[in-house]
Formats: sequence, structure tokens, C-alpha cells
Amino acid sequence: MDPHPPLAQAGRALRVGIGGPVGSGKTALVAALCRAFADELRLGVVTNDIYTTEDADFLRRAGVLDPARIRAVETGCCPHTAIRDDIGANLDAVDELAEAVGPLDLVLVESGGDNLTATFSRGLVDRQIFVVDVAGGDKVPRKGGPGVTAADLLVINKTDLAPMVGADLAVMDRDARARRGDLPTLFLSIVGDPTATSVADWIRHELAHHAALHPLAVPVGPA
Amino acid sequence: MATPSLLLLLADGRFPAGAHAHSGGLEAAVAAGRVTDLTSLEAFLAGRLATAGLVGAAFAAAAHRAAVLAEFAARSGALTRLDAELDARTAAPALRAVSRRQGRALLRAGRSIWPDAPFADLPATPGGPHQPLVLGLLCAAAGLSRVETAMIAAYGTLTGAASAGVRLLGLDPYQVQALLVGLADACDGTAADAARAADDPPERLPAAAAPLADIHAEIHATWEVRLFAS
Repeated sequence: MDPHPPLAQAGRALRVGIGGPVGSGKTALVAALCRAFADELRLGVVTNDIYTTEDADFLRRAGVLDPARIRAVETGCCPHTAIRDDIGANLDAVDELAEAVGPLDLVLVESGGDNLTATFSRGLVDRQIFVVDVAGGDKVPRKGGPGVTAADLLVINKTDLAPMVGADLAVMDRDARARRGDLPTLFLSIVGDPTATSVADWIRHELAHHAALHPLAVPVGPA
Repeated sequence: MATPSLLLLLADGRFPAGAHAHSGGLEAAVAAGRVTDLTSLEAFLAGRLATAGLVGAAFAAAAHRAAVLAEFAARSGALTRLDAELDARTAAPALRAVSRRQGRALLRAGRSIWPDAPFADLPATPGGPHQPLVLGLLCAAAGLSRVETAMIAAYGTLTGAASAGVRLLGLDPYQVQALLVGLADACDGTAADAARAADDPPERLPAAAAPLADIHAEIHATWEVRLFAS
């Protein structure tokens, strides 16, 4: 793996949505990715909470990213509306980040915890990751839904808990393949891998692809 | 040329201009125990229509009037003046910020949907122009009339809060829609009054306000846990 992927065009960061059910570990994954990219990319994070700014506050307290690089969007009981049907507040937040801290390479947009049908609008994000966890039951990949079947990356999180909750990872893998065809699925335990290496590598790959699609008008370097 | 469909499109609660995240002050009123059921929701909605509804509709209608003036300087000057007048009528800083935030959201939608509308006429106020100004400009660009513009504004102040009532209080959605049917005449009347008022100079536009709603809005903005942005 090239440790120095090409950077996205100034002013047009790659936007990656991170969605999934409540408690599946979306915020922990965002924190892990902040650690992974801390010295590598100009990063911003937008959180969408059902209640006020809890997730943004968690990330600020965790100290994994400069608080100026985190923005919270309030979603009026409807986290899926703010990421799919009415994306203006999120686009505003992305713009405000760039205004506050300068050009960004990568913006992670974390959805509020919702259900298996919540997906991001292509008007908001370039790529989306759907996070489910083994404790939610090993039937989740089989149940499908647009998040599981169509997300650019499916992350099956908290694999360290599998023996304790009786989840069969082989079943989850098989069902995910059946639902997703050629789309990738990654198993993750942030307890064992605090920088979510495999997911970070997937994003690096997508960044390189994004940069190839949006050739640099002016060369940019890390801040 | 306007079509009735454009009136419906701009009045639709599903139009992506950020309305879903706002309760129109209802969340704070519910938390304070002032709105608990259909009866108190109806009183809240009637009060909101007579205050924020009338003022917002009058300013949207006045912005529509300004937006169809021939000269850029006249349009721009009138809209800047309206922005300042609406600021003066919005006592709560939290509500001024909300109105500008919603104006920005509508502007973003408008730029994408009607790219040729004369957005340069709007004042470059920090935080964005007030929402009724953007609405007036977009309605003019869509070929709607002044009274249709006022109707969209007045109707929007009702439906946003009514929908929040269904979510916050678990009220029967059919009965909440029946409340809106009962308020339809008042809504039409408010829109007609607002459209007429737009003939007056900006300083004479309606200034109806509800101090309790202003106080609630300021308190609500400090809550650590809330479902709606306002």
C-alpha cells in the first residue's frame, strides 16, 4: 500500500457517509479513522444526531480531532431525512468546515443511528459505509435493506463480541456475499485495531480513485 | 408563466429546504407543559399563524414585490431594507439565527433548482438572508403571484409545527390534519392580509409577536438534549 495516496482536489474533498443502526459503532469507527488519518489527510467530520450534539461532543472529548474540524447537524427526529431527502444542512456543515479550517481532503459524514433502510443521498456523499455489529444478531446481513445491500462498503463491527453473543461470523460473511454481490464487506474489531486499518485502507483506495476522477487544478499538500 | 403545480411544489413539506428539523417553537412549548393535546396544539397553531405566520407572509409578499422591480439597484435596496426590518421584528437572537439558517437552506435549494433566478439581488447578510426574503424571490422567479407567495409562507408556519406535534406528542395524525383543515380559512385570510400589507412601506409591515415564544426560543437554544433545531 502506498503510504502517500494522491490528495483530492482542493475545495472538493471526498465525502464518505458512515451509516448504520443505533449502537453499531459508527462514532467509534469515525474516531478510529481520525486516529488513522491524523498525520496524513486534511480531515473534517460532520455528525448527525437524533438528539442535539452527543456524537460530536464524544469526538471532541476523545481528542482524536481538532474540535474546529467537527460540525454537528441537528435532524429534527428524522436522521434519515437529513442525509437522504433534505441534505442542505449537511451540505452547509461541509461548506462551513472548509470555510473554518481551509481545504479538506476527506469529510466523514456520520448519520444518526437509524434503521436498516437509511442510506445517504448521492448529492451529499461520494461513497457510503454501512456499519452493523455482531451483537445486533448474525441475521442482519440476511435481512438486507438498502444499507446492507447497496453501501459501497459493509462493515461488520465488534467481531470480538461474536463468541459472547453467539454470532456466527461465517454465516454473516456468506449472507453478506449473497446480498452484496461483488461489493466489499470487512470484519472489524476496534478493540483489537484502534485505527480500523482495513477500513482506512479502503478509504485510501477510494481517495486515489476520487483524485483520478477530479484531477488537481493546482497541486496541494497536507496542511 | 406560473402553474398551480409550482405553488404546490414550493408549499410541500417535502421540499428540501430544511423545514423538517424545526418545530416552530412547539418543542419548547411542549416541554413547558403549555401544549399537551389537540386543543392546546390548535391554540398554539392559531397563535403562531397570527404572529410569525402573518409577519413571515407579509415579508415574503413584500420580497416578491421587491423582486419584480425593474432596476437591480431598486430590487437590491428594497430587499436589504426588508432584511433589516425583519431583523428588528425578530426579538429573539435564536430566532433571527434560525430564520437566516432557513434562508440559507432555501437559497441552496433555489440555486440548484432555479439557477437563473436573480440571487444577486439578495443582501449579503452574515449568516444568510432571512427565509421570507428568499421565498419571495424564488416565488417571483417561479412566476407565482404575491398572494400565492404569502400563502406558501403562512401555510409553512402551520404545517411545520403541526408535523412536529405528531412526532413530539404522538397525536393522531388524522386529527392533526383535521386541525389544519379547521385553520384553512384563517390561513387564507392571513395570506390575503399579508399580500395587501406588502403595498405598505417596509417600516409599516406587520410586527405581531409572541413574547413567550421568543423567551421559549432562547431557552430551547440552550438545551443540551433536543429533538428539533428550533
